[in-house]
Amino acid sequence: MLLKISELSARVAGKEILKGINLEVEAGEVHAIMGPNGSGKSTLAQVLAGREDYEVTGGSVLFEGRDLLTLPPEERARAGLFLGFQYPVEIPGVNNVYLLKAALNAKRKAAGEPEVDAYEFLALIKQKMKLMQMSETFLTRGVNEGFSGGEKKRNEVLQMLVLEPKLAILDETDSGLDIDALKVVSTGVNSLRDSKRAVVLVTHYQRLLDYIVPDRVHVLSAGRILKSGDRSLALELERRGYDWVKESKVA
Amino acid sequence: MSSKSQDVEALIGQKYRHGFVTDIESDSLPPGLDEDVVRAISLKKKEPAFLLDWRLKAFRHWQTMQEPNWAHVHYKPIDYQDISYYSAPRAPQNAPRSLDEVDPKLLATYAKLGIPLHERARLAGVAVDAVFDSVSVATTFKEKLGKAGVVFCSFSDAVRDHPQLIERYLGSIVPPGDNFFAALNSAVFSDGSFVYVPPGVRCPMELSTYFRINAAKTGQFERTLIVAAEGASVSYLEGCTAPMRDENQLHAAVVELIALDDAQIKYSTVQNWYPGDENGLGGIYNFVTKRGECRGRNSKISWTQVETGSAITWKYPSCVLKGENSIGEFYSVAVANNYQQADTGTKMIHIGRNTKSTIVSKGISAGHAENTYRGLVKILPSAAGARNFTQCDSLLMGAKCAAHTFPYMEVKNPTATVEHEASTSKIGEDQLFYCLQRGISAEDAVNMIVSGFCKVVFKELPMEFAVEAQNLLSVSLEGAVG
Repeated sequence: MLLKISELSARVAGKEILKGINLEVEAGEVHAIMGPNGSGKSTLAQVLAGREDYEVTGGSVLFEGRDLLTLPPEERARAGLFLGFQYPVEIPGVNNVYLLKAALNAKRKAAGEPEVDAYEFLALIKQKMKLMQMSETFLTRGVNEGFSGGEKKRNEVLQMLVLEPKLAILDETDSGLDIDALKVVSTGVNSLRDSKRAVVLVTHYQRLLDYIVPDRVHVLSAGRILKSGDRSLALELERRGYDWVKESKVA
Repeated sequence: MSSKSQDVEALIGQKYRHGFVTDIESDSLPPGLDEDVVRAISLKKKEPAFLLDWRLKAFRHWQTMQEPNWAHVHYKPIDYQDISYYSAPRAPQNAPRSLDEVDPKLLATYAKLGIPLHERARLAGVAVDAVFDSVSVATTFKEKLGKAGVVFCSFSDAVRDHPQLIERYLGSIVPPGDNFFAALNSAVFSDGSFVYVPPGVRCPMELSTYFRINAAKTGQFERTLIVAAEGASVSYLEGCTAPMRDENQLHAAVVELIALDDAQIKYSTVQNWYPGDENGLGGIYNFVTKRGECRGRNSKISWTQVETGSAITWKYPSCVLKGENSIGEFYSVAVANNYQQADTGTKMIHIGRNTKSTIVSKGISAGHAENTYRGLVKILPSAAGARNFTQCDSLLMGAKCAAHTFPYMEVKNPTATVEHEASTSKIGEDQLFYCLQRGISAEDAVNMIVSGFCKVVFKELPMEFAVEAQNLLSVSLEGAVG
């Protein structure tokens, strides 16, 4: 079991957002978490990544059998957990490639592997940039500095491809993308899929799932997973809306 | 996260690395200030009569002046009678004439600071003048510079060997009565550096001065004068450190730069005076007057400063742009952590036609610090076609610090162009979390974010010092976020 979330509750600024989440993700799987605005999707992603202002009030999270919640965020990252941010932040003056190289080397160091040198790294990143159809000007720009919304999302996926996480949580990586960019981002994510890794997609739209086909789909509402199913659940949601799930649960 | 905060604490413990005291016999005047003290300093330095007169005039003027209180800094009144105005390491004979005669303990002090006068100078190709308390102890590379015609020596030597140059230029940019601290300096200055680059000469190496306050209860009042004659160019760097002491110590320096036609002076400062401890006890009061005059056509003066030390900084390196097409630049990174207070900026006075100035100021505040940018851009009626660009950015770390910006502009010529950009940002929890989520440690992340913020200024520093400045910055901010 790669990720096992049991009865996870959390609050932000005193407000209970997650109210007992249960979720199991096996290596090799792609899960989609869907749900209306304010249902707790992003909170779940932030809590898993270890954001400090999110207070865990109950439950447990095991990542490859380790207690994830006791690890500081940088150690979660080095252990192979990656969060693709919904709103990637700009860090002016810090070179995009420099940050990514530091990230890769921090991870390699933690794993007892030698650091990559500049040449190896450049070759690696150029290859991944080609896949993401990014121009080489990205090499010299500051982290997300002046990037358009779509460029920021591509950059997140690029980072994911370089860091090769065991578990990638992508928080609305599809929002704000036109159809061509959506295809590119999907190709990137699909290229990472293999039997050792898993991807959790947080999304509003079924559209993304046409390109990245999930094994499991979950509906999150008011801090709980109300319903889980296979791919067809997403299609049904699109047809019938979230209220249908809420009503059927009550019934 | 407990392991991280322990690391941070350990790092804070070793924070100020230059806080040692050298046990060396010194020859000091007792605390106190009157005309006899001024005469005694002049006598000790065997100065010509014009200089004693100059000092006495400055002293009398100083006595009529009030300490300025407009800066956004707060400190207990300074007792000027409780400071010793002269302290020199006691040498067997008089002052050492060459490095071989310098007290080995002094050389060891400079080695600890990372300035072995012998090797470092030779390796880096940088000529170093080192000022210890009140006197200059050694100037390296004098001969090589001499061949190029460049004069680089202690101020005292310059008074002895080049009195006509001193008489001509001393106080011509910062007059003795310019302000309270400049007047005090003019009365009691003890040493400093002098540079003269003759016409058409491009100084063959970086020049640098290291200032070190060692003795307790002393003030340091050095004076630097740099003259670049027609077509000459020179790059000069000063570095400063002091021991850790509980009481505050006063540093009131004056720097004057003069650039004649087509001359260029680049003046860089890495200021790391002892900032006081994390509770605000002790530290240097750094009240400095720095001004350059672009006297000639097409001349250029560029100030770059990285200010990380001092309990209080009060400093406005300025340019008077007299010559047509002359250029003034000011690039600054000012860091204030714990209880440090910095009030710093620049003045760009445009007098000549088509004069141009650029101001880039980056203020970083952490802990309980107060960081103020204060700048004046003044365009006189004669300065047709003058242009200024100002950019002031502030970065806040934590919730208890403050940043203030006071930009003043006086534009008296309608053909002038003045642009001002300003921003204040908090070192984002978002930025920090983004880096952490990528596996980067908190310390590395803060360093990365802060260096990114300061990048445009650091690239103005001479290469070998840019690395030093970056290291200094990370030491100054250790534990500021974590």
